Amino acid sequence: MTTDVTTPKTTGALVAMKLRPSPVLQEKLLHLGKTFLANVVPPIVVLAGLLALWEFLCADPASTLPAPSRVISDTWELIVNPFYDHGGNDLGLGWQILASLERVAYGYALAVIAGISLGVLVGKSNWAMRGLDPIFQVLRTVPPLAWLPISLAAFQASAPSAIFVIFITAIWPIIINTAVGVRNIPDDYRNVARVVRLNGFENFTKIMLPAAAPYIFSGLRIGIGLSWLAIVAAEMLIGGVGIGFFIWDAWNASMISDIVLALIYVGIVGFLLDRMVGFIGNRVTRGTSA
Amino acid sequence: MSNHYLSIENVQKTFGRGPEALNVLKDINLTVDRGEYIAIIGHSGCGKSTVLNVVAGLLDASAGGVILDGKEVNQPGPDRSLVFQNHSLLPWLTVYENVALAVNKVCAKTMNKAERKEWILKNLDMVGMSHALDQLPTQISGGMKQRVGIARALAMEPKVLLLDEPFGALDALTRAHLQDEVMRIQADLNNTVMMITHDVDEAVLLSDRIVMMTNGPSATIGEILDIKLPRPRDRIALAEDPEYNHYRREVLRFLHEKQRKVKPLQKAPPAEPARQAQQA
Repeated sequence: MTTDVTTPKTTGALVAMKLRPSPVLQEKLLHLGKTFLANVVPPIVVLAGLLALWEFLCADPASTLPAPSRVISDTWELIVNPFYDHGGNDLGLGWQILASLERVAYGYALAVIAGISLGVLVGKSNWAMRGLDPIFQVLRTVPPLAWLPISLAAFQASAPSAIFVIFITAIWPIIINTAVGVRNIPDDYRNVARVVRLNGFENFTKIMLPAAAPYIFSGLRIGIGLSWLAIVAAEMLIGGVGIGFFIWDAWNASMISDIVLALIYVGIVGFLLDRMVGFIGNRVTRGTSA
Repeated sequence: MSNHYLSIENVQKTFGRGPEALNVLKDINLTVDRGEYIAIIGHSGCGKSTVLNVVAGLLDASAGGVILDGKEVNQPGPDRSLVFQNHSLLPWLTVYENVALAVNKVCAKTMNKAERKEWILKNLDMVGMSHALDQLPTQISGGMKQRVGIARALAMEPKVLLLDEPFGALDALTRAHLQDEVMRIQADLNNTVMMITHDVDEAVLLSDRIVMMTNGPSATIGEILDIKLPRPRDRIALAEDPEYNHYRREVLRFLHEKQRKVKPLQKAPPAEPARQAQQA
């Protein structure tokens, strides 16, 4: 009888031993949990506080701006159906954002190609720098939207004009950072290339581009941020499908809650674009760039 | 002109032009035999590195020239590979890739792909870096970076290996260790080496001849000292060796008596009467 009683007890203990994670794993989980708490709790607390403040300030039914709760109830249809298509401009927010992203992709891709090429030229050639740098310094201060009328006049169509505005907005930081990066390549790296006798092309791909990559990527990162800033403004003026015009349209229809939702989406997409370029840069430069 | 392996003939170097021109080197004449290990020593700023850069072809001499193995040097090339003080490894390439960059370019015609790979691994093994092939330069210590730099330079099979204060940035223990490694490799490969240094012990321990340079401007070769210590040399045994200490003393005497860098304190603070008296 006694044996019968004791046996289940021991097996129970054994099972419990097996289920319990090893001390190393436990340590790791504890560490992960701590970093999670340290990094995720503060933003959630602050966000909750700000939302509560907003809710409180706009609680009055006569207030000009909707409270968070009203934004959600007003825009619930838009939130749950990002990809509806009712024809014309009446598309879900997902489509609107994708339309904007498409324009940014074209304009930004052109800016990357032209910007890096011009940056290398200005970085390599003193003559090109003296000739082009003053022009760049003046042109880069022109606000993106100021380019819109002139590009509309040139292209006679809204689609290429919007792409041009993105291009001209994003190109300056890419040019300038690339040029600085190329100029700052340490002599040691040049000497290595000279001793090994790399030819011009090998020097460009094996020494210059990787050495300047951290600078180039900081230019690319600033460029993508500016593109996203510019597209929203440009689309407000040119109309059509796009998150910028969606906001303008909502303002004309006095749908403030729609605007608030669109702004949140714009912010999140901009954040993701920035992180994406940063991530690519980190991978390409093997951790030497931000 | 001469049947020496490497000869530096009447090299002069002037930086700048007109009234601000600075004559750094004047009348540098030196001949080096195949397999010789030469150390160039002098105070900082005397133009040691300029000599090395002229031999490397990174700088053009203002007058005179350098002849290596019967050919005049007028541009950099893999037959004169360099090891820099600050290692100059490319930070975006791994240890293996850094050596591979040189080997794949320099040995492209003489070796096939498999042979090149083997050669890279062999050179890295020689400096004891086989364990870190996939590490980036930022992940290894200063001494290890310098080892990789040496492997890269050796892998080009240079006619002359140029070392520009190769161990200057390392701590004393790591430096001693690397000096021993270089002596071991040198015993195996019997390279012709020119090394810049300002470490007297390093110069005496490693070299066959020490070239002592006068202070700039217009620096030139002051004295040349033959080091006739038998090889292999052992730093511990040599520490008590009278001959070693004699050589050491000779170099120190040159540097600190004949080529005293700092003039006796002329602008001594007035608060110190002893020095004032000296001045008077």
